[in-house]
Amino acid sequence: MSIAVDRDQAFLSAIGRIADEFAAPNADDVDRDARFPAETIEALRAAGALSAFLPTELGGGGVTFETIAAACFELGRRCGSSAMVFAMHQIKVITLARHLDGAPWFSEYLSKVADEQRLVASVTSEIGTGGDMGRSIAAVTPGENGLCVFEKQAPTVSYGAHADDLFVTLRRASDAEPSDQVVALAMRGQTELEPAGSWDPLGMRGTCSPGFVVRATVAPEQILPAPFSTVMAESIVPVTHILWSHLWLGIATDAFDRARAFVRASAKQKPGETPPAALRLSHVMSDLSLLRAEVYSALAEFVEASEEPGRERLSTMVLALRFNNLKIAASEQAPRVCQGALGVCGIMGFKNDTPFSVGRHLRDTMSACLMVANERIHQTNASLLLIAKDV
Amino acid sequence: MNEEIRQIIAAHGRLSIDVAALAPDADLYHAGMTSHASVNVMLALEDHFDIEFPDRMLKRSVFESIAAIERALVELLSETPVS
Repeated sequence: MSIAVDRDQAFLSAIGRIADEFAAPNADDVDRDARFPAETIEALRAAGALSAFLPTELGGGGVTFETIAAACFELGRRCGSSAMVFAMHQIKVITLARHLDGAPWFSEYLSKVADEQRLVASVTSEIGTGGDMGRSIAAVTPGENGLCVFEKQAPTVSYGAHADDLFVTLRRASDAEPSDQVVALAMRGQTELEPAGSWDPLGMRGTCSPGFVVRATVAPEQILPAPFSTVMAESIVPVTHILWSHLWLGIATDAFDRARAFVRASAKQKPGETPPAALRLSHVMSDLSLLRAEVYSALAEFVEASEEPGRERLSTMVLALRFNNLKIAASEQAPRVCQGALGVCGIMGFKNDTPFSVGRHLRDTMSACLMVANERIHQTNASLLLIAKDV
Repeated sequence: MNEEIRQIIAAHGRLSIDVAALAPDADLYHAGMTSHASVNVMLALEDHFDIEFPDRMLKRSVFESIAAIERALVELLSETPVS
């Protein structure tokens, strides 16, 4: 037990160092040029962080899910884009690890992720589905020599050009219903990415997420055997919402820290007087504490439900609503905190080149409500609320 | 009960195929039932059989086939009413 705790603490201190030494000094440059945070990701690779969650039997670091969530928070405090790349990679690896069900190809694949620190991106959204991840148009179709081929029109693929491998959602077959989906894992060398569109967004600029037409040829074993609906309910949706909300909390926390530093600097200039901005800071603090409470309680509920035999409670509507609410609440609250911090810092926060700049924080967190659009999640919730009882 | 379930699915499940042709253990979601349609099926089942599905039963596996729905209904209808 103590060995495991030490392992988690050692990992988190390594992440803290990477956040300070690589993510922080490059954050403005990554944001300005909308470039991939290559230094941070290389440092994460060197620390074995891309396989930190995987069990030691597969060559991974064996750290807990809570520790991965804490790492998203720490990176988010220094560079939102770096944290998002890290989080999205972890979502895929954690999902595969939780649904291996003894599939030999995937066990070997995860060992390779650990050995080679391979970076996994996801191709889940698709043009024509209206942002519904629970439906696919592109289908797995038979290719030559018993292989499977597919072509998917993806409106965004985060760090697609920088990833080693792709985690792709598809229809099971060309005659399958849109909701009859599978996950395919396509490796570099099996995949062709045709750029479709540019990347000059408001925030999260370092995630480098333009559209692509994705074509791949994979072996049938590269289709995850676990039922897709189970994978979605038990892992993809809750893990995504929890890790995203942790990094949004990290960004909002840094915006708050900058606002507090601004107030302290003002107070030192006029000793004996409480600066007017201090009152505003108190309002921001209460907004931040609401965000933190929502994020931490959702994490605790997920971990508890995951530890139950069979994890069946994760498939219930009540918990689906719970983690949907986390996404909606955190994605709205994080930019609110950042805007509050801007109100505290005033022009010093508005300018992009002061110690109190919070423009990047505000812009990065404004992506939160449209990464899986909140209105779509509200639509799902509205339907579930018709039948769920004790929510 | 099987026939009543089929009628409710036919009315609310919005399947892409004929319900009468479905095997009892055929996957309704694979037959085109969306999450939203499944909620309408659940509401209609609650109304028709005068029961309430508890939250522990409100998950995909309980509603994914006619046989699974029947098992859930049998369990709920056989419970001793608490007075």
